[in-house]
Amino acid sequence: MNYPLHLAILVLLWGYIYTSWSLMGRLGLVSFGHGAFMGIGAYTVVMLWNHFGLTPWIGALAAFAFTAVVALIIGYPCFRFRIVGHYFALVTLALSEVVRLIIVAARDYTGGSLGATPNGALVEGTRASLGALQFADKEVWLAIMAAFWAGGLWVWRRVDRSMARLALQAISEEEEAAASIGIHVTRAKLRITLISALMTCAGGILYAQYQLYVNPDAVSGIAISLQMVFGVIAGGMFVMLGPTVGAAFTLLLAEGLRLAFGNRYPALDTTIYGVMLVLFIIYMPKGILGAALELWRRRSVLTT
Amino acid sequence: MSDIFDIYLLEGVLNGLLLGGLLALLSLGLNLVFGVIDVVWICYAELIMCGMYAVYYLHVQYHWPLLLAMLAAIGVVAVLGWLLHQLVIRPVLHAEPINQLLVTGGVLFFLQAAATLAFGIEFKNLGVTLPSVRLGEMSFSAARLVAFGAALGGVIALYLFLTRTYLGTAIRAISQDRSIMPLMGVDPARIFAITSALGGALAGLAACLLVLQYDIHPAIGLSFGPITFLICVLGGLGNMLGGFIAAFIFAQFIAVGGFFFAVEWGYVIAFIFFIAVMFWRPRGILGK
Repeated sequence: MNYPLHLAILVLLWGYIYTSWSLMGRLGLVSFGHGAFMGIGAYTVVMLWNHFGLTPWIGALAAFAFTAVVALIIGYPCFRFRIVGHYFALVTLALSEVVRLIIVAARDYTGGSLGATPNGALVEGTRASLGALQFADKEVWLAIMAAFWAGGLWVWRRVDRSMARLALQAISEEEEAAASIGIHVTRAKLRITLISALMTCAGGILYAQYQLYVNPDAVSGIAISLQMVFGVIAGGMFVMLGPTVGAAFTLLLAEGLRLAFGNRYPALDTTIYGVMLVLFIIYMPKGILGAALELWRRRSVLTT
Repeated sequence: MSDIFDIYLLEGVLNGLLLGGLLALLSLGLNLVFGVIDVVWICYAELIMCGMYAVYYLHVQYHWPLLLAMLAAIGVVAVLGWLLHQLVIRPVLHAEPINQLLVTGGVLFFLQAAATLAFGIEFKNLGVTLPSVRLGEMSFSAARLVAFGAALGGVIALYLFLTRTYLGTAIRAISQDRSIMPLMGVDPARIFAITSALGGALAGLAACLLVLQYDIHPAIGLSFGPITFLICVLGGLGNMLGGFIAAFIFAQFIAVGGFFFAVEWGYVIAFIFFIAVMFWRPRGILGK
């Protein structure tokens, strides 16, 4: 078990997932339902593989299709009927709970709350199976996660530089006014929702294939959905690397406290994390990286 | 065959009615706080969890009489509600609404983790079991009957308080117009603090009833927190009558759905129903 490598992989994976969430979050679409997309990704792939022997490559396509349908079914009416703010957050919260409960309820197939393990494809001597998307070497996973993470940042940047971002920002500030100057509100929101949901779904697939274990609470439901929201807030919602900083910060905080205190104080990290989140939202709503960049900018203005 | 089927279905429906009472009580405090302060306490269910632990420790560890322990627990959660407002909500009262929602989410993490740290993850049971009541061939848990009665009592008491007392009138006035009332000599800060304590007390009352039926553990808030929000939103956030109706609708879905399928499917159907209703009436069934 190569521990630092494992940590790096997790930081990249969660950095990628948080970045996917922030595509919507920073434009005023605060979703509490991304656990649903992650859960769909993870479980569709694992279930198709375990029960039908379908390779994760096809499973991934199925998961993407599934995610797109769910995102459209929820997104279209939400945006069409102007469900925003609190109400959007709570409708999406219901969605993530629906997915979690379905996974638990279908326990005959999914293993319920106990979770499921993808059937192993690595027979003795082999280190990798491309068809089953299972790799024994952590280096391979590091490369895969890094690629996805970089891809996520690239999408973030593309969106940031696009007209769509300006349109969505206008919408998030004043929806009626944006519509009056000819922005197609529903379409603009749907597009970014689809992108964000599909990326999160891919994150779920990666999670399942890397951990080789899924359980409903770890990939869906309110807890994981809130984890994404707060990871992004801690790091900084409005800067490109903010979500990644959030992921690194939360993981290192948890691991650091575990190293310092051992397992004597379970949940000490989340206790501290909870307090910090409250303080962040009150005093530092731009997050760690956002605040740091602002400080640096102010100092450089002073010195020049 | 169909006779037996009917009697069990009836039992399911009646149990749903009783569950509805409990859910209505859960939604009451959250609705009150939202209606007046315009803030959703995402950590509401965690306040209830704190109340449950308070009852447990006072009664089991310190051997207080159960009723006294429950009264004390209501007081404890009322203080927590007040603290939550003073320490966490006040600084963000004029921030963006979504920040207000998120900040209480941070409190959720904190309370849940702090409870794990302080009390451990073991399931704790009060060790008090109320008998079940038989009615013909149907049986009902007395704990649920008590919860149903207390929920009705709580609703009526809150209604009388809001309509018959000066303070209650001031609270309703503030909830209708936040900016005018200060001019009329009502201090919003004071009203908000009182409302928060009252919301906490209602969470404490819910805790006393839940602790009779369920084991206590740090993550218990997650199991009924989401449904409490959804009930409030379904009824129209801040609309107590709507929340009441929504609680009974939800409970029927869960009870009857759970009767035909597994309990989780009852919840799934209820949640999907919720999403569908939101598209039809985005502000809830009785929302403005």
